[in-house]
Amino acid sequence: MSTLTEVESVVVRFSGDSGDGMQLTGNQFSNTSAMMGNDIATFPDYPAEIRAPQGTIAGVSGFQIHFGSREIFTPGDATDMLVAFNPAALKVNLKDLKKGGTLLVNSDAFTDSKIAKAGFEVNPLESGELEGYQVIKVPMDSQTIEALKEIDLDTKSKKRCKNFYALGMTYFLYHRDMKTTLQWMEHKFSDHPQLLLANQSAMKAGAHFAETLEEVVSTYKVSSAKIDPGTYRQINGNTSTAWGFIRAAQAAKLPLFLGSYPITPASDILHELSKYKEFDVKTFQAEDEIAGICAAMGAGLAGSLAITTSSGPGIGLKGEAIGLAISYEMPLVIVNVQRGGPSTGLPTKTEQSDLFQAFYGRNGDAPLVIVAASRPNDCFHMAYEASRLALEHMTPVIMLTDGYIANGTEPWKIPDVDAHYADIKHKMLDPTTVDTENWSWISRDPKTHVRDWAIPGMPGLEHRIGGLEKDFTTGNVSYDPANHQKMSNIRQAKIEAVSENIPLQELEGESSGDLLIISWGGTYGAVEMAMRALQKEGKKVSLIHLRYINPMPKNVGEVIKNFKKVIVPELNMGQMVHLINAKFGCNAIGFNKVEGLPFKIAELHAAFTQALNEV
Amino acid sequence: MSKNTELTYTKKDFSSDQEVKWCPGCGDYAILSAIQTALTQIGRKREEIVFVSGIGCSSRFPYYMNTYGYHTIHGRAPAVASGLKTANPSLSVWVITGDGDSLSIGGNHLIHAIRRNIDMNIVLFNNEIYGLTKGQYSPTTQQGQITKSTPYGSLDRPFSPAKLAFGASATFIARTLDTDSKHMQEVMLEAESHRGTSFIEIYQNCVIFNDGCHSSYVDKQSREDHSIVLTHGKPMIFGSEIKKGIILDHLTPKVVELGETYTEGDCLIHDKTNEMLASLLVAMDANKAMPKLYGVLYAVNDVIYNEQVAAQVAEVKAKKGPADFHKLLNSGDTWHIE
Repeated sequence: MSTLTEVESVVVRFSGDSGDGMQLTGNQFSNTSAMMGNDIATFPDYPAEIRAPQGTIAGVSGFQIHFGSREIFTPGDATDMLVAFNPAALKVNLKDLKKGGTLLVNSDAFTDSKIAKAGFEVNPLESGELEGYQVIKVPMDSQTIEALKEIDLDTKSKKRCKNFYALGMTYFLYHRDMKTTLQWMEHKFSDHPQLLLANQSAMKAGAHFAETLEEVVSTYKVSSAKIDPGTYRQINGNTSTAWGFIRAAQAAKLPLFLGSYPITPASDILHELSKYKEFDVKTFQAEDEIAGICAAMGAGLAGSLAITTSSGPGIGLKGEAIGLAISYEMPLVIVNVQRGGPSTGLPTKTEQSDLFQAFYGRNGDAPLVIVAASRPNDCFHMAYEASRLALEHMTPVIMLTDGYIANGTEPWKIPDVDAHYADIKHKMLDPTTVDTENWSWISRDPKTHVRDWAIPGMPGLEHRIGGLEKDFTTGNVSYDPANHQKMSNIRQAKIEAVSENIPLQELEGESSGDLLIISWGGTYGAVEMAMRALQKEGKKVSLIHLRYINPMPKNVGEVIKNFKKVIVPELNMGQMVHLINAKFGCNAIGFNKVEGLPFKIAELHAAFTQALNEV
Repeated sequence: MSKNTELTYTKKDFSSDQEVKWCPGCGDYAILSAIQTALTQIGRKREEIVFVSGIGCSSRFPYYMNTYGYHTIHGRAPAVASGLKTANPSLSVWVITGDGDSLSIGGNHLIHAIRRNIDMNIVLFNNEIYGLTKGQYSPTTQQGQITKSTPYGSLDRPFSPAKLAFGASATFIARTLDTDSKHMQEVMLEAESHRGTSFIEIYQNCVIFNDGCHSSYVDKQSREDHSIVLTHGKPMIFGSEIKKGIILDHLTPKVVELGETYTEGDCLIHDKTNEMLASLLVAMDANKAMPKLYGVLYAVNDVIYNEQVAAQVAEVKAKKGPADFHKLLNSGDTWHIE
């Protein structure tokens, strides 16, 4: 009989071949944990190839979940439990398993050829190299087939249920309620009664089997987290982004138009938006990235909230059109779900290395607004904000997310959208109130420098816009030198004026101290955890996490002045740190990593500690 | 959209206040004038008409039109126009482009706009040269031609625009010429009334960099002997003094003199709705030894992308009922924390 241990948080990683259903298994574990009141964060990690050769290192697909009875910000640095479905999965993930951690392996998969394919010289289950871990060896294939012997299904289909056999075992180990997954199966396999029975039986059999195992010395209980009261759901960053746009279009009372071209890891935004036609959403899967943005611009010119979504390589292709949108001074949101670069780079891995591209990736002086989401559920807010700023300031806005938060899932307290996401005041004219004789399409608000929005169909406001330089007063083509200077100034001033329409930068921690951390985008969770740990140690460290990148909130410069040292952690070779130093001259140092993976809390903790020691 | 018969526009109503800046003698002037005149007869309000262009001499066109107009970037006008029309299907959308803009840098957008059959008019000014960049060869320049970038003669095999459009599943293909204002207007009117993408190629003369490139089949004195004006339901005959016609010799259209051996009755009858005939015509048209074709080569009805998008939205709305964002937020698994 095993003992019961109460723990604050646990990290579990499921890992196997990309065809083994690891994402599905991990999702079920995280849904169940969320439904049981834990706070959670997840990290799917899958190969770029849809089905890389079986049993190889390249084909390993993983899903990590961190769940706890306290606030969870990241999927966790190291794992408490690894479920390895084959030798390759063990090879890839063993280094992240804590010493003394639980290792559940499918011993049926440890054949000579698979062991060799994974790069082991001898069978690791027998070589002694797993000493120090709590190893649970289970012949999952054969036991699953045995458990399902009464069911009328072919052996191959039965074998495919082994992920749920393993899930059943982990549910027992962590006292998870099987109800949520059993219900999900009923829905998923409603047309296949045999498959429903097989998967349900496999999961139950796994749980029962775990109960009998001598190797299971302890099971773990993770109590519900103390979380803000409210109604919660799970959401990943790409869904959250899509919903933010739907809500923004509602708040602006405009139809929504997405022009896009499939690209990892941004395609899910296209998939998601294509479902919601009842919200007046039109999605256009274009022939290429350029057509994606150009079609969105056409829709924007016609009076829709115009969106285009992509990742770094696609954003590169869109560059000229983004310049045109700047020249047109038209509302448009460009989403970049960043991935590892340069070029095709690491399509399924995360990075923050497109910041310079967002700032400078166009010809000419071409300023625009840039925002960045900090975590999966923040994508909703920042997509709404990107839309609001685009429509209120008649400008393209780049919204940066990344593969990590796009695919990562976390609980989201469903916001009161009627109170907080309900009113976007776009610049579209009512043609009946315009003095058409004296109107010019380029006439501006004197304070914000924002022009009017007149669209085809409005009588008396017919006008021509092009990518050629425009006369400041008439909007006609102008090659006048002084006019070009004036127009360049006004385009710059218009973006700077956006700082009057965004919130001041929040500071976490004391307003002065030894070290100020400046982070941005999807690194928030890890940076926050590392900073909290240092504060607990009594260190004078504070954090500003930027979500409005260009323009920055007006108080950032003031905040920086009150700290002895500034450090900027980023998943790139040092882009934000360069901008911060150029803008504020504060000699900030960078902490940079480009391994295609998110920051670990421990490495940030170490880097911040070192910086503090050098103060 | 139904025709509004109460509109009484004159050509001047479609002229903007901007000075037209094409070279003196450029074919574009005649096209501008023909389109402005045609617009007085299409029965659409000025504010419902949008001109979208790319980059090149022809693409300055929207600046001279007193309608809504967007001068975009090189090659991308069909993509911008696709979004515009899909977002607001009630507009009359015209793409103005050139041979470099639409067949080289913008080839991809051209074929996909045509494939989707978005209800708009694509007007291609073909002068077989890059004009705005001052005289490099284009995708329609003849092989062997000396240009700025081909001092020893062009090596590229040229595109036949009609054949390309046909290959991209065009539902309307027409050809006209800058030296015949009346014919241009007729073609524009038929293109505007066609539902789906109307592809119109205009033989246009670049007086500076490729003067006379089309002269044998567009000039008044030689035109009749080197071109056929296609009329639906009429035999394909041409020629000023000696009457000639097109007969079908097995699968090959052939020019014959009419007289004792062949009569009008032996000639091919034009049927703009016949796909097989259209495939013969675009192939024949690409053959330099054969007469050029003017008029509507092909016109059929097929499903229209922007209409299907609107229909799908309406269908989903009818099925799902009014959109409710709260319902979306609470869809799937939710849980409550006290």
